[in-house]
Amino acid sequence: MKQAARDGIALGLAVGTSGLAFGAAAVASGLSVAQACVLSLVAYTGASQFALAAAVAGGGNLIAGTASAVLLGSRNGLYGLRLAGLLDFRGRFRLLAALGVTDESTAVALAQPAGGRPGRAAARAGFLATFGSLYLTWNAGTLAGALGAGRLGSPNTFGLDVVGPAAFLALLWPRLRAGRTERAVALAGAVIALAATPFCPPGLPVVLAAGAALGAALLPSGAAGTADAAQAPGPDRPAGPDRAAQTADERPCR
Amino acid sequence: MSGTWIAVLVTAVCCYALKLAGLTVPPQWLAHPRAQRFATLVPVALLAALIAVQTVGRGESLAIDPARLAGLGAAAAALLLRAPFLVVILAAAGTAASLRALGVA
Repeated sequence: MKQAARDGIALGLAVGTSGLAFGAAAVASGLSVAQACVLSLVAYTGASQFALAAAVAGGGNLIAGTASAVLLGSRNGLYGLRLAGLLDFRGRFRLLAALGVTDESTAVALAQPAGGRPGRAAARAGFLATFGSLYLTWNAGTLAGALGAGRLGSPNTFGLDVVGPAAFLALLWPRLRAGRTERAVALAGAVIALAATPFCPPGLPVVLAAGAALGAALLPSGAAGTADAAQAPGPDRPAGPDRAAQTADERPCR
Repeated sequence: MSGTWIAVLVTAVCCYALKLAGLTVPPQWLAHPRAQRFATLVPVALLAALIAVQTVGRGESLAIDPARLAGLGAAAAALLLRAPFLVVILAAAGTAASLRALGVA
């Protein structure tokens, strides 16, 4: 449980620095400092915030910009489906915890060894530690970036742009070792997102990757594991998750 | 109220509402084994997609950033060596930052 909290705090502090980038981008695109801060305080989900800022910058359609930002936020709703049973927060506390549902807090919560009361305690500790540290740094970063600190230098100089992917890989690692279905779904999700990237507004490809999970879930129960065992890289098989993914790919994109 | 403020507030409130909606879905909706499998596998698919897009995506195109790729490679190597989480992160960021500082990538 201590381990979970430590990992969560470290991840929150590291990833939160990209709040600087958001604050700077938001102001550069024409949002006010207050608008940038409201987004970070209430929406608190990076991809959606960047999407709205980009729409404002393009002088584009605000309705379309808002719609794509909200669509990207649907990812967090999907995370909630999984977290609800795992964390089991109730009542008023759930209203607060909901704000903390992000890629990072979900990843840390899911990376904890499951099972029983200690499993739930570790998942909660990881979730709340990530939420707390990331929320503080993300919002402080947004304010600082919006006020001009973004000009001090790019976070890339310190390699901070690779912290996100590296952390997600580390947190996903136990699940990837757990089973062939997980590996196939992960691979299919990555392939879908990359294939969709040139055709979709930024962020949407990641939402489309949910098609990989849908495909695997619709396969007859148990078949996924055994079929995947027979043939390595699973998602290329026509019956595999990729088929659902391909149809999903073609729908909402331009 | 300006159009931009409306867009900001609608985005903020809807993003929060979606998070809350996911957490408050009645457990019986997820009772079906397939729904359960979907909910369990969704984070795996989305996080893997994020890794891919954040590593080789740039806006609406794919771009190879050698320093970033090397950083992710260092993370994978650290994971294979069973390094703790913090070491994995430091290996990734350190590799990318060093390569950039040296001007090789």
